Amino acid sequence: MDISLQKVAYRYQENTPFETLAIKDVDINITSGSYTAIIGHTGSGKSTVLQHLNALLTPTSGNVVIGDRLIESGRKNKNLAPIRQKVGIVFQFPESQLFEETVEKDICFGPMNFGVSEEEAKHRAKKALREVGLSEEYLTKSPFDLSGGQMRRVAIAGVLAMEPEVLVLDEPTAGLDPRGRKEIMDMFYRLHKERNLTTILVTHSMEDAAIYADKIVIMNKGNVYKEGEPEAIFSNSEDLIEIGLNVPDIVRFQQKLETLLGYKLDRVHLNMETFIMEVSDHLKKKEDNQ
Amino acid sequence: MDHKVLVAVDSLTFMYEDQQKKALDNVSFQVMQGEWVAIVGHNGSGKSTLAKLLNGLYFSAEGSIRIGDIKISEETVWEARKKIGMVFQNPDNQFVGTTVKDDVAFGLENNAVPREEMHIRVETALAKVNMLPFLDQEPHHLSGGQKQRVAIAGVIALKPSIIVLDEATSMLDPQGRQEVLELMKELKQENMTVISITHDLDEAARADRIIIMNEGKIYKEGKPSEIFQLEKELIDIGLDIPFAIKLRSGLRKQGIQLDKITLTEEELVTELWTSHFKK
Repeated sequence: MDISLQKVAYRYQENTPFETLAIKDVDINITSGSYTAIIGHTGSGKSTVLQHLNALLTPTSGNVVIGDRLIESGRKNKNLAPIRQKVGIVFQFPESQLFEETVEKDICFGPMNFGVSEEEAKHRAKKALREVGLSEEYLTKSPFDLSGGQMRRVAIAGVLAMEPEVLVLDEPTAGLDPRGRKEIMDMFYRLHKERNLTTILVTHSMEDAAIYADKIVIMNKGNVYKEGEPEAIFSNSEDLIEIGLNVPDIVRFQQKLETLLGYKLDRVHLNMETFIMEVSDHLKKKEDNQ
Repeated sequence: MDHKVLVAVDSLTFMYEDQQKKALDNVSFQVMQGEWVAIVGHNGSGKSTLAKLLNGLYFSAEGSIRIGDIKISEETVWEARKKIGMVFQNPDNQFVGTTVKDDVAFGLENNAVPREEMHIRVETALAKVNMLPFLDQEPHHLSGGQKQRVAIAGVIALKPSIIVLDEATSMLDPQGRQEVLELMKELKQENMTVISITHDLDEAARADRIIIMNEGKIYKEGKPSEIFQLEKELIDIGLDIPFAIKLRSGLRKQGIQLDKITLTEEELVTELWTSHFKK
């Protein structure tokens, strides 16, 4: 499903002394089936953008198009439930939203709220639980007896069980240990491919953006500062450093090496493996020449 | 660093009420005055339980914790908490004052510090964390990193001998994280004893010593340079290794000879260049 923000501005607490302009003139096009990463430091407006993606916020000016629905400023937009079903948001620390007596009831809550039968919801709960890497035994447990990492997975299963077409992930791995982080990120990537989802990842991790996304949008001071493919975005690190962001470790390392070499390698490497291969090929050629 | 033991944990064992598995199982270690120790482990390894016991939020039935000459118990906990300051994960959950100044003063008021002295201590603490210009600001105007720095000021205003940071950087953006890490380094230089509980390996790499927890037990203990040689073992227990060490090992696997042991990016790039390109 395509989503686009067209000249969107949003003011919090409009017409009060606390009025603040969170985003302005924001144009973002997200095409169906793409994986977009939104990066920016705290206060850059990325959370405000996120809340426009399923019409939790209505723009103060400009339009948001979600699939075939137009969300206009200054209008009461009714019947938003179908949008909320199609665009699933995994909020930061989603485990804090668990509330039911059992894992099964908690996962079923969302789909049943959207009119899915109990039988179908239970079927989806099983499937979703499997997808997040937990066995069926967990269905009857209380979510509050689980570890933090398991609770996070249950909360994610609750979003997956609504079978959304678009998955919006707000810092989904915050607070997890390295293995947990990788497992969750790989799982989202697998679902992205298998279910042909449109995925939007809000993150502080340059590494995750570089590895998983096919497009990166950088927010700064309520505006889109830059957008493009990861390779293009990270090939110009000065721009990022200027707004307090960084490039992935491997990109920074390559730049340091290039400074010493006095020339550039063939391309900007976003992962360690391809970088090592190029360095190794490079050295082999060098030996052959000598 | 002096060679005086400040924290002595001895055969500490702890089990949560409704669980069958020990969250901590016979844990013993010491922290010296002025030392920075990082306690590392995956989620559920027991490291946060340890933090809660260090601060007397829980008490164990077996084993003991001594802070200086105080053995932590229900009777001595208030005395012990004067010596050990805690900074937690979520910057929003530990801001109690309506302004930065009030927030830092909160702990001092609770300890009945005279008003005159309170003013001095608040300002000194805020100056130390570089937040003095924000004295009268309200918390919602601050970034996550700034809030954590204020939380740290609140702790150092109480002049503890040791500061425990329980995943204090894990909810911050990269800039905020950097700010707090810099501050930790400065505190350590001023001879503050620091225990940082974390699964950020770059944070742990800055410590004097790393203690790795796994399944409620101490799995390994040593200097960062020693610990990070364990590469595969660390990954097997759900941790990771710092970028520069991972890259070095990847390059070597590809047959690129790197003899010198390097721990940082700078060292590695120099080593790679001098031994292979600079000819």
